Amino acid sequence: MKSLNGQKHELAAVQRQLDILSDHQSIGIDSFENKLQQIDLFPLKSTGIEIFQVNVGKMCNQTCKHCHVDAGPDRKEIMTRDTMQQCLEAIRDTDIHTVDLTGGAPEMNPDFRWFVEELSAMGKHIMVRCNLTIIVANPKYHDLPEFFRKHKVEVISSLPYFSARRTDAQRGEGVFEKSIKALKMLNEVGYGTDDSDLMLNLVYNPTGAFMPGSQEGLEKEFKQKLQEGYEITFNNLYTITNLPISRFLDYLVVSGNYNEYMEKLADAFNPTAAQGVMCRNTLSVGWDGHLFDCDFNQMLGLRVNHGSPTHIKDFNLKQLNTREVIINQHCFGCTAGAGSSCGGATA
Amino acid sequence: MDKTYYDPADLKKFGNVAEFSPDLAKKFFDYYGDVFKEGALTAREKSLIALAVAHAIQCPYCIDAYTSGSLEKGADEEQMMEAIHVSAAIRGGASLVHGVQMMNKVKEITM
Repeated sequence: MKSLNGQKHELAAVQRQLDILSDHQSIGIDSFENKLQQIDLFPLKSTGIEIFQVNVGKMCNQTCKHCHVDAGPDRKEIMTRDTMQQCLEAIRDTDIHTVDLTGGAPEMNPDFRWFVEELSAMGKHIMVRCNLTIIVANPKYHDLPEFFRKHKVEVISSLPYFSARRTDAQRGEGVFEKSIKALKMLNEVGYGTDDSDLMLNLVYNPTGAFMPGSQEGLEKEFKQKLQEGYEITFNNLYTITNLPISRFLDYLVVSGNYNEYMEKLADAFNPTAAQGVMCRNTLSVGWDGHLFDCDFNQMLGLRVNHGSPTHIKDFNLKQLNTREVIINQHCFGCTAGAGSSCGGATA
Repeated sequence: MDKTYYDPADLKKFGNVAEFSPDLAKKFFDYYGDVFKEGALTAREKSLIALAVAHAIQCPYCIDAYTSGSLEKGADEEQMMEAIHVSAAIRGGASLVHGVQMMNKVKEITM
C-alpha cells in the first residue's frame, strides 16, 4: 500500500485536511476553541516542557491504515544528524527529563542509534515508539532489543488487538505474527516483567470509528490473552484515541463515518482530560527541525506560534515553556472520554 | 427519515424522555448507569449481554449502541457473533421447547 503522499491523494495536502476539520458547523458541533472557553481554558498554555518528542522521520516498514503520519516505505523524509545535534544542544542543560522518539519507524533513520547513545550519555530517559515488526524485518535490526536494554530505553509499541485479524486489518497482513515474535525477543532480554526496570508498554488504538474503552479493563484483558496465548508479558497498556488526521481521516471520510465520529468525540468532551492534554508539557520536533505542540499538529503543519521560535536552531526554553498551544478541531480526540495522549488515558 | 419509524438520530435523544416524566427518567437512567458499571461481570461482558438481548428484542437503537459499545470495550467480531447466536439459540429454543406442550396436548387428545 502506498502512502497518501505516494498516491498524490488530495488528503496528502494538509490544507485539505484542515478545510475538512474546520467545517464544524455542517456537522453541528461546537468549535474546540469554544469548548475551551466554556471551561476557562482558552488560550491553552504550556505548563512547561517535560517531554521532548522527536519525530526522526516518516520512513516506515509498515503502512498502517490509521497512520496520522502517513508514514510508509515510500516516505523519504528523515532527520539529519545535524538536526539531531541541534536537538541535543537544545535540551542539554535543561530540566527536560524525557525524550520520546517517534516516526515512522525511528529505527530506520541511519543516525538513530547514534542519537540514542548521545541522549543516553546525557542521562535523559528515552522512549522509543517501536512498531515491533522492524525488529524482525531485517537481520540488521535483530539486535535492537539488546541495544534498547543497554540504554534502558522505554519501549512503547502498538498492538491494537490480541488477535491477528484485528491487528492485521489495521497494520497490514502478517503484522500480528511478527509483532508476537518481536515481543518475545523483548521479553527474552528482560523487557516487560514486573521486577524489571526495562519498560515495555503497549498501545491500543481502536481498529475503526469508535473510541477506546477503559484502559484498565483492556490492559487486564491484553495481559491475560498475551500471557495465556503466547507467554508474553508487558508493563502497561495505553489506550489512544485515533485522531481525524491523514490516513485515519481518509478512512473516516471514505467509510462515511466522519461526521458521526466527530460528533462522538465532541459529545464526549471531558474538561478534566482537557486540563491534562499532552501538548501542555510536550514539545514536538519534526524531521526537518520545525517545532510543534504535538505530533498531530506536526502532521497538520501547525507550527508553534504566538512569538515562540519555530525551529530547533532557535530553541528558547523560556519562551516555549509559556507558549500558547495551537488548537483545532482534531484536538477533540485528546479530550474525549477518558482523554488520550501518547501515554494513554489522561482523566 | 420521513415515513420510517426509526431514525438513527433518535438514539442520541434517548435522554429527552425525561421531558414528559423527569422523575421516572432520572430513576431509570441512574439505575441504567449503575447496571452497566464494572461489577462481578466486566463492562465488556455486560456489553455483550446487552448486544445479545438487543437482538432478541430486535431493538435497532440497542444494536447500534451495543455494537459500538462492545467494540469499545474490547470485544471482537467472533465474541459478538457468538453472543448473538446465544440469543438466537434461546429464541429458537423457546419456540421449540413449547413443542413439548404441543406433544402433551396431542397425546392427551389422540388415541
